[in-house]
Amino acid sequence: MTGEGLAIHRLMAELPVTGEAIDSFVKSHSFPLVEGPSVTFIFRGSADGVNLRHWIYGLESSQPLERVPETDLFFAIVELPEKSRVEYKFEVWRDGGSHWIEDPLNDNRARDPFGANSVAHGHGYEVPAWTLPDPEARPGRLEPFTFNSKALGHAQKGSIYYPANYRKSRRYPLLVVHDGSDYIRFAGMKAVLDNLMHERAIPDLIVCFIDSQDRLNEYAAHEAHGRFLTEELVPDLERRLPLEARPQSRCLMGASFGAVACLATAWQFPGFYGRLLLQSGSFAFTDIRGGSRRGPLFDPVVTFVNELRKDVKPFSERLFVSCGVYESLIYENRSLVPLLDQSGMEVHFVEARDGHNWENWRDRLLEGLSWLFPGPFLMVYE
Amino acid sequence: MKLALLGQQRFDPNLKVAAKALGVSGKVALVTAGWQGREEEDLDLSDHLGGQTVNLELHRRADEVFAQDPEFRQLYRERQLRYRQIQDFYRIRLTSLIATAKVIAHRSALPAVLEDERKTSVGAIRLLDHHHWIRCERVRHDFITECDPASRPVIARHRAEVRDVLADCAAVAIAGGHVASLLNRMHLFDVAGGIGDRPVLAWSAGAMAVTERVVVFHDYPPHGNAAPQILDAGLGLARGIVALPNPTTRLALDDEERVMMYARRFAPSTCLAFPRRSFLLLDEGRRIGAEGVVELREDGSTAKLEAA
Repeated sequence: MTGEGLAIHRLMAELPVTGEAIDSFVKSHSFPLVEGPSVTFIFRGSADGVNLRHWIYGLESSQPLERVPETDLFFAIVELPEKSRVEYKFEVWRDGGSHWIEDPLNDNRARDPFGANSVAHGHGYEVPAWTLPDPEARPGRLEPFTFNSKALGHAQKGSIYYPANYRKSRRYPLLVVHDGSDYIRFAGMKAVLDNLMHERAIPDLIVCFIDSQDRLNEYAAHEAHGRFLTEELVPDLERRLPLEARPQSRCLMGASFGAVACLATAWQFPGFYGRLLLQSGSFAFTDIRGGSRRGPLFDPVVTFVNELRKDVKPFSERLFVSCGVYESLIYENRSLVPLLDQSGMEVHFVEARDGHNWENWRDRLLEGLSWLFPGPFLMVYE
Repeated sequence: MKLALLGQQRFDPNLKVAAKALGVSGKVALVTAGWQGREEEDLDLSDHLGGQTVNLELHRRADEVFAQDPEFRQLYRERQLRYRQIQDFYRIRLTSLIATAKVIAHRSALPAVLEDERKTSVGAIRLLDHHHWIRCERVRHDFITECDPASRPVIARHRAEVRDVLADCAAVAIAGGHVASLLNRMHLFDVAGGIGDRPVLAWSAGAMAVTERVVVFHDYPPHGNAAPQILDAGLGLARGIVALPNPTTRLALDDEERVMMYARRFAPSTCLAFPRRSFLLLDEGRRIGAEGVVELREDGSTAKLEAA
């Protein structure tokens, strides 16, 4: 876990380490400090002890930081593979109690509906340029909608994205995105769509972002959610909007439980959705009868995935599946992909050195969307 | 007929040089339908050619046809859907054949055995290409039989107008852009019929469209791997050539295996890459000049095409 000749070692080489030397060290670097594969995390402040708490499946989730003798500086050195992203917090112990904080010396944050974590970027990782708003890309527009669902017994809210070049006389494929507002807010999906269409990596699409008031129930292989999408929402959109209305032009997309909702709906209505984009799907299953270690929320998911795994018949055409190698769901995803593949459906599986978070899902959008809906890049020669 | 095939013209154009080499003087008909919605933005191009130009406005004309002849629009949409579907099935088969060829190429075996296997791999892909070509022809034939574009008043009117404009021009310049859109519109308004013996200057997608077989390609696609695919028949003005524009960003010319596959797969046609500032001049199919054009060879190497 330690590397020789790192900045922190140079600081410690001249004892005693003075407060001025630490000030200068902190001012002259950005943190966590990436030096090749070695990443140095530091915390400075009053504490009895500090732990690095991270979300890398397979490693101890807590690693103690070492105190630089007789100072208030703590550090830990972690080896991170190239282009990886890791979320973390510091657990700071003081007076017998502890609290978790984001890294005060690092502005990189991964945000989600429950808060934020600090993010360490391994050597070579860069935020992809196509995820950032590009003034050259003409923006599409978002229009909110409310849909009264009989299947669900309540109204569902969402928004519809119209591409910048939208024309009523043309026909478009339809992409339905679960947890739509979160994809827009935390994965920058509007800018991503604008950019990918501008770069011709994907064709112009109409995108329906949907939200759920009760996602842990409705997205957990809920039969009524499948009916809401397939018998109510999509037919209504196909009546009102210039959509191509054929399986190859209908795509469901989601992450985590949202991916379960996509898979379950496509399985419930075989042949209706020709494209699926499944990110870090919570595809929990049990090969041996008994409860899942993941708890009762997953019970309907386990029932569905167990049933699916018994005999996978082709229910869609092209599936893009992605998962982070630092998340526990990598096991379930790796296990499911060969079954889907062997059924005759085209499956493209991508693993990333990342976790269960929106940036991971954002960074896979180019590959996923352009594989499912190849843009005219093959056709355009300026 | 005199013909100039050129690389990208967007920055640092050399179209005027090629026009001069072909002895073009007088009004030039512009085809910028590959630019789709930006078709009319041809001021820079016109300036570069000395201002004596007239745009055939094929994209606008097609929009007018679709608006005025809904039955034709519906049949056209159905044809495009059929094209897309057969192209997708072709891609599925092609991806698998190319993956197989790659596995075999990386095996160690007696050189003679390996060479024989390479030939079998290429042969299988060529057979699939041919099969796809026949199916594209059938779609095109069925479409013409079913809707008889020439007999439809609005199309006939536009065809006549295009012919009249061309009759008044000394040469035709076909720009790049969306190759399928460009090709479809040139077929729709029978541009090839109106060109006659006039010199043609064509670049990027335009250069692809005037060959016999349009091959779409991208060795660095956004999603990993894409096999070069036959799109459809071109106008057939340039024979025995597969035009591969924008090689700097699209072609892995340093990958011997890929270069070899391009060259062997499309033989006896010659695969020619057209970087920026490059051009090839032909007179009745005979090469009369070339600059910067790169030939992809069957042994996996590349070479600058000789001037004549």
